[in-house]
Amino acid sequence: MPTLIRRLDDDQFILADDPFTAVADDEGLPPGDVIISFTRFQAEGDRLLTEGRAVGVRLEPAEEVEALAYDLPRIAVVALAFPKYRDGRGYTAARLLRERFAYAGEVRAVGEVLREQAGFMVRCGFDAFAPADGASPQDWAHAVHRHRHVYQRAADLRTPAFVEREGG
Amino acid sequence: MYQYDAVDQEFVADRSREFREQVARRLSGELSEDQFKTLRLMNGLYLQLHAYMLRIAIPYGSLNARQMRRLAHIGRVYDRGYGHFTTRQNLQFHWIKLRDAPDILDQLAEVDMHAIQTSGNCIRNVTSDPYAGATAEELDDPRVWSEAIRQWSSLHPEFSFLPRKFKIAITASAKDRTAAKVHDIGLMIRRGRDGQLGFEVIVGGGLGRTPYVGPTITEFLPANRLFSYLEAILRVYNRHGRRDNIYKARIKILVAALGAEEFARQVAEEWAKIGPEGDLPDTELARIRGAFATTVFEALPARSEAFESAKAAHPALARFARNNLRPHKKPGYTIIEVSLKTIGDTPGDATSDQMDVIADLAERYGQDDIRVTHEQNLVLPHVRLDDVPEVFAQLQAAGLASANVNLISDIIACPGLDYCALANARAIPVAQQIAQTFADPDRAEAIGELKIKISGCINACGHHHVGHIGILGVDKKGEEFYQLTLGGSGAEDAAVGKMLGPALPYDKVASAIDTLVEVYLRERQEGERFLDTYRRTGVEPFKEAVYADAH
Repeated sequence: MPTLIRRLDDDQFILADDPFTAVADDEGLPPGDVIISFTRFQAEGDRLLTEGRAVGVRLEPAEEVEALAYDLPRIAVVALAFPKYRDGRGYTAARLLRERFAYAGEVRAVGEVLREQAGFMVRCGFDAFAPADGASPQDWAHAVHRHRHVYQRAADLRTPAFVEREGG
Repeated sequence: MYQYDAVDQEFVADRSREFREQVARRLSGELSEDQFKTLRLMNGLYLQLHAYMLRIAIPYGSLNARQMRRLAHIGRVYDRGYGHFTTRQNLQFHWIKLRDAPDILDQLAEVDMHAIQTSGNCIRNVTSDPYAGATAEELDDPRVWSEAIRQWSSLHPEFSFLPRKFKIAITASAKDRTAAKVHDIGLMIRRGRDGQLGFEVIVGGGLGRTPYVGPTITEFLPANRLFSYLEAILRVYNRHGRRDNIYKARIKILVAALGAEEFARQVAEEWAKIGPEGDLPDTELARIRGAFATTVFEALPARSEAFESAKAAHPALARFARNNLRPHKKPGYTIIEVSLKTIGDTPGDATSDQMDVIADLAERYGQDDIRVTHEQNLVLPHVRLDDVPEVFAQLQAAGLASANVNLISDIIACPGLDYCALANARAIPVAQQIAQTFADPDRAEAIGELKIKISGCINACGHHHVGHIGILGVDKKGEEFYQLTLGGSGAEDAAVGKMLGPALPYDKVASAIDTLVEVYLRERQEGERFLDTYRRTGVEPFKEAVYADAH
């Protein structure tokens, strides 16, 4: 079974088995839990969910999370695709999922996912990562915990500098 | 100037430590140059024609003597004894060795400086009015807002991988010294009818291949709603800005494609959803305001007898005073502009020794305050008129007393083909030739305000589009040619210059400028600057004269 890095509630990072199979649009559906494209979800989502499977949806950067809003309660994973690490649309998508739609399921980063993005991703609400650079959970934790302070409020629960200072 | 607290210091130290590790991974071969590129670009380190270039942030162009001395020291130890002040109020060192870069960042962190977000597709160093806190024109101190934006934008989780770089400028004076209208976002501090503070928000201006003067998308944004509004603009841009073509990826292209009205509507819609949750609490804004060291001014007479008699005795001082001094908000004080456009030198360059002199002067006579202008000069914002003769003498001894601010030899030029891998043509030698042509200071003063801006390629780092005379280097079959534009301005009367005619070869540029100036002197009416005359007469008399000469 393939693995991915998971962020636990106590902000630790572990290597975990991935119970989901990512299925391309031109592939047949294997049994079990799957992550499929948004297009395929629109066509086959209802059926798969009635079969009792857990279903995840992969959103490409140009696909807007708003389109998924009403389905979120029944989606187990939203996988946000980074075709290139430079494409930053997934950060907005993740924040909206967490902050605007209060999505509590897994938000996974897939594609060109590198350890240098780890800190930004965690702050935007990602909690599962399929790194493309062979990074270990230790590398991930190191990158995420690198900065003792943050200046903004975001989807994670870190205390921004302006609140930290009030307490000081 | 803003005093870092422990949070700010640790933030910069953490960043420096991270970069040291990344450089170690590169030097050990664990990272390829290609993989490392993205990391170094997040720390202002570029690979140029001959060496690495490190761009150091000087947030809103403000620094103190200790910081200036540290820059001088870095220049001496790790570079060739000089640095280059840029059009975004930053400082570049052009001869850096990769293995030294982490030490340099540590040295910067020690004096509360960094190179964060001086490159990459993120929110860049905020630019602001170099006369902030010193000019009577301003409605509020724009540095407070600039610093708040610096912090908010530092390692922003959502906006660090934008379609393209993103530049914000803030001004609080009617006279715009920041080129706000040609920034991705220009903020102009306004006062509402009820006295409330707010911002006029201009979005989508820019230079480069497709220059635009940005449209205003909101006339008055209440000041305490700034951050949620910025978040809304950046979010609309992050989601909808083009990513398929690097030359169409700036926000100006999105704003132009949607139209300012539709863009403003999308921003307003997003802003309503974000709500005041996205704003910085008033208490933090007050804290930042309070963290700026207070400047204490003496009660002085408006007229300094010592200064007046020194001027009468020394024509050079009188000339310097006419061209390089600006009115200060307090009687008996003045703002001194220090020109980095010494004729024959590289525009914007200062040697380490000169930086030390400026630091000493700031400490002794200038409230420990130094500014960098986007026109690549330095400013001592708070000097007593009584002290001007002494400051002038010391500037003169250091080769920093050129009395040419805003005059024809006060030229902006990008590094050009002498340094830059992107350039098509040289920019610095063209600036030097023009400055030599107008070396006679009486003639330069008679010509008056004339802003020449030179870019070595279409990326327009020398802001040629907004030069009263703009010069753009192009490559024609391997030879350097220069396209002239007239009538641009980056100030409150912002405009993009219009092309004069066919490009001219390298050795004809300075004489063409001379011809343009002769036409202006012939045509001008009482009180007109070059720009005013051009706007009244149109291009024809200028074009005719230059191309009659060229044939």
